[in-house]
Amino acid sequence: MHNAMIIDSKDNVAVAIEPIKAGDAVTYPCGGGEVQLTAQQDITIYHKLAVRDIAKGEPIVKYGEHIGVAISDIKAGEHVHVHNVEGHRENLEEKE
Amino acid sequence: MTFYGYKRPDGRVGVRNKVLILPASVCASDTTRIIAQQVEGAVTFNNQLGCSQVASDQQYTMDVMAGYAANPNVYGTVVVSLGCENCQMDLVVAAIQERTNKPIKQVIIQEVGGTLKAVDLGVRYAKEMVSDASLLQKEEFPLSELIVGTECGGSDPTSGLAANVLIGEMSDRIVAEGGTSILSETTEFIGAEHILARRAANKEVHDRIFEIVHRYEKALQLVGEEVREGNPSPGNKAGGITTLEEKSLGCIHKGGHTTVNAVYDYAKQVEPKSGLVIMDTPGNDPSSVAAMVAGGAQVVVFSTGRGSPTGNPIAPVIKITGNRITFANMEDNIDVDASPIIYGGDLKQLGDDFMKLLAEVASGRQTKAEALGFTEMAIARVCNFV
Repeated sequence: MHNAMIIDSKDNVAVAIEPIKAGDAVTYPCGGGEVQLTAQQDITIYHKLAVRDIAKGEPIVKYGEHIGVAISDIKAGEHVHVHNVEGHRENLEEKE
Repeated sequence: MTFYGYKRPDGRVGVRNKVLILPASVCASDTTRIIAQQVEGAVTFNNQLGCSQVASDQQYTMDVMAGYAANPNVYGTVVVSLGCENCQMDLVVAAIQERTNKPIKQVIIQEVGGTLKAVDLGVRYAKEMVSDASLLQKEEFPLSELIVGTECGGSDPTSGLAANVLIGEMSDRIVAEGGTSILSETTEFIGAEHILARRAANKEVHDRIFEIVHRYEKALQLVGEEVREGNPSPGNKAGGITTLEEKSLGCIHKGGHTTVNAVYDYAKQVEPKSGLVIMDTPGNDPSSVAAMVAGGAQVVVFSTGRGSPTGNPIAPVIKITGNRITFANMEDNIDVDASPIIYGGDLKQLGDDFMKLLAEVASGRQTKAEALGFTEMAIARVCNFV
């Protein structure tokens, strides 16, 4: 059974859909196949984890859109939340 | 699809048949409570406003009061005022009559000789109106008669993954049936307004979507505040929502996939049979729900991740969660478990089931919030009292 999901193929975070323990294999479906990585920390159900390394200053992508910016380097498998992400107001009228 | 509702003299169709005891201000609210408690079939709410407000605030209050009286779930209204408040009886009555020709009675506390005499008169008016209302027979109507308000409160990541996805499916189907769906909560468009604007029917609607978001942010900045203070809430964060943008991207799923045809200001009358529309409301649930009900929504569909109890005095509120743990924990408050969408369930089947429930609730089935008697509501405000 999968214990995580991603919403859009551009996302760099997955959502835990089961409680995940540090060291657990995290699996989620993606593009017809399955992706597997190792959880570096405990991930509370429905919280996010990085599916690849994310450098400080890089956008966090969920729903295929920017939901904030990494305020520290985040490793694949680490919990992604308020301790390492900040909201960032973008000018979306220009972005259109 | 059809439901059984109540035809009103103004042509609209209600899904409930209530008599509203309407307090014109805070000074009439205890009196309306006493009146409503004595008349089975009458409802009221605690109006904390109606006096000492700047013009734009008073307009919000007037639009909610008159909109409630005009909502097709209401058979008729007994307006109760103190007498000296800013929301004067003649102003309130005129605002109601601009919107509907349904029955109205008036009680002015200072003119009838104080609280007990006002209660006596108000109870007599209300009993007579309830008696008249009870004669009305339900008739069958198509779902196109419905204006459905959509709301999310106490969100968590499952709201964006499941509950709001199911609400979006409902919204698409109501629009396909020829009805109206309202997407609300301007603060929760922030970071996602460009996605909604792409779906605007025309340039005016497109520009209005950006305008209401920027106006909201600026209004808070004028008093030195930031929309991010308190949003996401502690509960949102505990559930796993990190930023306001993430919350917004989950929130807008409630609007489904159809064209955005119009943008309404807070509590303004929504045109029936107009597809998907937006209303400019706060993320605060009771005041956002109140605005949509004042706009004419007969039913509200409400998603919650953490487990919200919200009801409304005159419209049934159907509660949905995408969080299977919350559903088990708060089953007394939540009507629908949408969590199967996360675990491989069929959205079409869940959509079919939900539309059946929506038609049942429109035909009279009590929601959990109704069965508990929950009627909390609030009216949005621009600034401090004067």
